[in-house]
Amino acid sequence: MAEMTGAQMVIEALVREGTEHIFGLPGGASLPIYDQLPNYYPKLTHYLVKHEQCAAHAADGYARVAGKVGVCFATSGPGATNLVTGIANAWMDSVPIVCVTAAVITALIGRDGFQEADITGITIPITKHNFLVLNATEIPRVMREAFHVASTGRPGPVLVDLPRDVLQQKAEFVWPETVELKGYRPRLYPDPEEVAKAAELINEAQRPVILSGHGIIISQAFQELRELAEKANIPVITTLLGISGFPGTHPLCLGMPGMHGMYWNNMAIHESDLIIGAGMRFDDRITGRLKDFAPNARIIHIEIDPAEVGKNVRPAATLQGDARICLRELNKHVQFVERPDWFAHIDELKRAHPSITIRETPELLPQYVIKKLYEATGGDCYVVTGVGQHQMWAAQYFWFDKPNSFVTSGGLGTMGYEVPAAMGVQAAKPGELVWSICGDGGFQMTMQELATIAEYGWPIKFAIINNSHLGMVRQWQNMFYHNNVFATPLRNPDFVKLAEAFGILGLRATRKEEVEPVIRQAMEHDGAVVCEFQVKPDENLYPMVPAGASLAETIDLPAYEDERVEVTA
Amino acid sequence: MNRRDSLQKHTIIALVEDRPGVLNRISSKWRQRGFNIESLAVGHSETPGLSRMTFVVDATTDAEQVVKQVDKLIEVVNIRDVSAESIISREMAMVKVQADRSNRNQIIELVDIFGAEIVDVGPDSIIVEITGDEEKIESFIALLEDFEVIELLRTGRVAMLRGSAISHPQEEQEEPERYAGFEPPYSAK
Repeated sequence: MAEMTGAQMVIEALVREGTEHIFGLPGGASLPIYDQLPNYYPKLTHYLVKHEQCAAHAADGYARVAGKVGVCFATSGPGATNLVTGIANAWMDSVPIVCVTAAVITALIGRDGFQEADITGITIPITKHNFLVLNATEIPRVMREAFHVASTGRPGPVLVDLPRDVLQQKAEFVWPETVELKGYRPRLYPDPEEVAKAAELINEAQRPVILSGHGIIISQAFQELRELAEKANIPVITTLLGISGFPGTHPLCLGMPGMHGMYWNNMAIHESDLIIGAGMRFDDRITGRLKDFAPNARIIHIEIDPAEVGKNVRPAATLQGDARICLRELNKHVQFVERPDWFAHIDELKRAHPSITIRETPELLPQYVIKKLYEATGGDCYVVTGVGQHQMWAAQYFWFDKPNSFVTSGGLGTMGYEVPAAMGVQAAKPGELVWSICGDGGFQMTMQELATIAEYGWPIKFAIINNSHLGMVRQWQNMFYHNNVFATPLRNPDFVKLAEAFGILGLRATRKEEVEPVIRQAMEHDGAVVCEFQVKPDENLYPMVPAGASLAETIDLPAYEDERVEVTA
Repeated sequence: MNRRDSLQKHTIIALVEDRPGVLNRISSKWRQRGFNIESLAVGHSETPGLSRMTFVVDATTDAEQVVKQVDKLIEVVNIRDVSAESIISREMAMVKVQADRSNRNQIIELVDIFGAEIVDVGPDSIIVEITGDEEKIESFIALLEDFEVIELLRTGRVAMLRGSAISHPQEEQEEPERYAGFEPPYSAK
């Protein structure tokens, strides 16, 4: 093949890896790439973001729903450091993204060149791997390895840093046929002995639960999980990132557990005699106080990452491998067991502690808005959320049947994720309905991207759950800091006018009867819409496991003695 | 229990790719947990392109977790905590001691007893080289304290399993035939 510049090689490699969409923002050092990009349109479409953090989040949202590696570009120095939050988010949630950053020329590296930052050094702890490329001949191999590492095993972010002179250097493009990484061979196939042991535990169990996580979605094990649940007759509890990995309206689906999970789930986990943790990592938001977690349960851990096995809990059987393969193997050996007492007990817990009920109030409650969104969409849409109360309410009130339709920042808990991630989701799924449920705080962290959304005509529907507070933090002040509400009230802009300033339709609901019409109008509108729902400012989120408490200490809904409780779940 | 009290020394050996930044990646994992790397030795292994490292880390029982995380690093081919295994370990020290006609013989006597070696003699100093396990080196240095030690330099520990056992076996996982054609996630082009 003919000689090409390093910049051309980068783009050529992206095309070969199947990249179609790039989110980025150019700068001095990355100009060689941007000089070439127009030649590759429409094979490659570049979306200009307004802040690099959003390029990383958009690539993250894109990767989660497209089933492909997300790609973002940033220039050297501040461009690259702005990616850091987005990279950390993808790292915590195992999302495959490749970040291409430009660096100052090699002669300036380490000499405090203008717009220099040691981005490979900075991102070591938050990338699966990163590369500093010092010779253009390495680019094809590095790009190939970057995509391979990002997308295989437990996925994660990979960063490739390219000095400007390397991007301008000419060399022959040699595409490696295979990837050879001595120290990287993810194990996909479980040990048959462990499979047999696990099946025996399942067939013997009286009070089993499946805890299914993000790994089910990543490995696309939807069918296999459903087969396990139905064949062995075991209820499925989905972690925050596991939501939409199992049909929400399936009779065996119990919803979310953990800090703000359903009361019945936390009790069921606490009382279970077997937990099948499938593609999840027993995060502290799930387990509560670890030493009192599920005291009577034996654990089967289905997990691709060896470093997760035994980290928080000691499994009785470990299926180390790809969740889909592990479940396929396991399903061959499990039997149907009735367990009438166990199901009756869970039903009784649900009846006695309904967890998701919306009481009759004169004010507009945030839960009410989210419930109406669920009713209006039937859950047949992509839902992207930020982080905080609105996120938990969305997780509680949406029961998705559509696989992989809930996109949220789990591990890192990144406020502001909701706006850029929705861009990535919409870019991956044009023509599909995308609702971004936002907090008023988080929205303002990334709302500059409304300009990007207007530019590319993405018809994203934003629902800002505006309680004029950093709501979750206010709730903690209320519950654990003597209601010393400080630095959490927000003096918000007029979100409707704000949307209009970006050329986007803005709608507002302040009363209950306005909610449904606003949602309907938003969905009937062809373009993007920002809906502001002004809700009760001091509504707390329940159920709740206080930090450091055990699941058995879950606080269910308070009695609200002065208000009539309407059970709707 | 105080965290410091529960710290234990772990001897860990790793086979890694010989590339810039590898050491940074590995040490970053220990730093994140606040574990101190007490000593470190790196050199070429029997395979070109691969280096073998021995490091001694002060860590809690969580060392196992960190070892697993280090093993995940792309450039780490294999890693193993050999603290509980039967190993041979060696360190080397060089000691520059003040020595003149009056006490030189006493030092030479000590050097002979320990099987150490004098590698440099000056008019008023000598440099002694000693190799051995940590205990031997510690006791040699303790005895030298009767003299004036000008400078002490110790290498990190190197360790190897006893017998014919291989420290870093390269296991190949056979792909079961029934998965031929299995499409891994994110493989869509």
